[in-house]
Amino acid sequence: MPANAAYANSRTPAGHVPDPLVDAHDGESRGLPDMPPDPVMEAFGLNVYYGDFHAVHDVNLSFGRHEITALIGPSGCGKSTVLRCLNRMNDLVTGARVEGEVTYHGQNMYARNVDPIAVRTHIGMVFQKPNPFPKSIYDNIAYGPKVTGMKVENMDDLVEGALRGAALWDEVKDKLKQSAYGLSGGQQQRLCIARTIATKPDVILMDEPCSALDPIATARVEDLMHELRSDYTIIIVTHNMQQAARVSDRTAFFTARADETTGNRTGLLVEFDRTSQMFSAPRDKRTEDYISGRFG
Amino acid sequence: MSNNASSVVGPSGRTGPPAVNLARKSRPAESAIRVVLTSSAFVSVAVTVGIIAALIRPVLDFFGEVPFGDFFSTEGQFAVLPLVAGTLMVTVIALLVSVPLGLGAAMYLSEYASRRARKFLKPTVELLAGIPSVVYGFFALTFVTPTVLQDLLGVQVNFTNALSAGLVLGVMVIPTIASLSEDALSAVPHSLRQGSLAMGANRMQTTLRVVFPAALSGIAAAIVLGMSRAIGETMIVALAAGAQKNLSVDPREGMQTMTGFIAQTAGGENPVGSTSYNTLFAVGMLLFVITLLVNVVSIALVRRFRQVY
Repeated sequence: MPANAAYANSRTPAGHVPDPLVDAHDGESRGLPDMPPDPVMEAFGLNVYYGDFHAVHDVNLSFGRHEITALIGPSGCGKSTVLRCLNRMNDLVTGARVEGEVTYHGQNMYARNVDPIAVRTHIGMVFQKPNPFPKSIYDNIAYGPKVTGMKVENMDDLVEGALRGAALWDEVKDKLKQSAYGLSGGQQQRLCIARTIATKPDVILMDEPCSALDPIATARVEDLMHELRSDYTIIIVTHNMQQAARVSDRTAFFTARADETTGNRTGLLVEFDRTSQMFSAPRDKRTEDYISGRFG
Repeated sequence: MSNNASSVVGPSGRTGPPAVNLARKSRPAESAIRVVLTSSAFVSVAVTVGIIAALIRPVLDFFGEVPFGDFFSTEGQFAVLPLVAGTLMVTVIALLVSVPLGLGAAMYLSEYASRRARKFLKPTVELLAGIPSVVYGFFALTFVTPTVLQDLLGVQVNFTNALSAGLVLGVMVIPTIASLSEDALSAVPHSLRQGSLAMGANRMQTTLRVVFPAALSGIAAAIVLGMSRAIGETMIVALAAGAQKNLSVDPREGMQTMTGFIAQTAGGENPVGSTSYNTLFAVGMLLFVITLLVNVVSIALVRRFRQVY
């Protein structure tokens, strides 16, 4: 299946030219090609069911290396569900069923012989609410490398590197042995990012990582995401369109469609494009309505 | 200035609209409930104080006639150390059985079992706690000792022995430890498990390194409660552990425990007020102090090692 399949359900009537809604984004200056030339991950015909409930319908996406992809859309549109499919966290939900393919470096991670634990060591995840372990700051970072059996020459260096990578080192270097619960919410979230990069993943999934943070802490995490982009591929779910516009290179807009008989809302991908393109000239009327604040 | 309740005089002296009634109201039902709830909380305190008060008098009488040395001695009519050793032996055996099995059951129920399995298994485990201890005692005496120990395992045990009593006591304590530990494990926020699994940890690592330490204070409380139950349990040891003081380290022999001794002494052969009758209060007091010490020490240990989430 070609990567361009992602556009299949996002074409809109021609000649529809909405007003530019936000300032041009730095994706323009980075000269991004239309589609990720070297996708790290791709989803083909992804359908997710929770029992009888069809949560996500036929999503095709590709995620470029060293790019930040934002998944946006109103509540219940399935964006978090899609994100959890990308490192098989949906396996943990009873009754969840995934159809279609998610490939990681061309390998279908839903194939029968794939170990979900191995998948998660390559594709890390940061959650909506900071969830540090009730251990010391140091042990929070050291946990991942220990359980995944990483060969670590000097754990102290690794901990320092991870905390520096998450722009947290200067704030915590004198209290590494203290509980992570003594940190502020924003620091805890950066600790969770540090904990994730300590295992040296390839892709980092972020599920609304700033929704529990204040604007200053949010700005710090967003800056951090830009720094991390040179080493990692980042996929972020966000409720906040300004955040998507600020941080992401590409944006996928999802919406929910209610089933006529049952009223169940199924999420589907409306449009996937470069962020600069989507926020200045969305192709689909629904995208335009959403990003201009007319609904959602 | 007007004191008229139906209007308000603002800071500027202007009369405003009718005032909102914020006057203090008496709520008799609220105060009554408060009294009832407070007194229920104090009943348990009062009972504890009452027990200690009831023990003190006979204990003082006892030590008036029997010197301390004769009580804390290994031999003699009033020697208590063989009883302490018997209690210790039986309790240790019981914990060796109940802690691994109880924690194993708790981890399975909380972390591994499907929702359907848990719905069926947890009440079953708790049902075990509802079996009267005299039934466990007979089970130890008439099944575990002759059939399991002597016939199946070929252990040379006496008719009454500490091993059988300890094993069955351990089985009796399993539901206490399993059920309370399961509550503690289940109370650990799901987000911690997800965080661990998302880093590539497997389920066992997540359970042992994240969930278990986070639930440690609850688990320790469960074990302490189980231990207190084992120390205080009477019927099983009275039936299956024997009625002879025996200072021995061989669990295959019969040995009387402190509770077993109290049950036997209170049996009615000793006239009220006699020294041998008062012995049981002294032993009871010692039992009370030991249980209290176990509780205090474990609370202190848990404070030191727990991880607060």
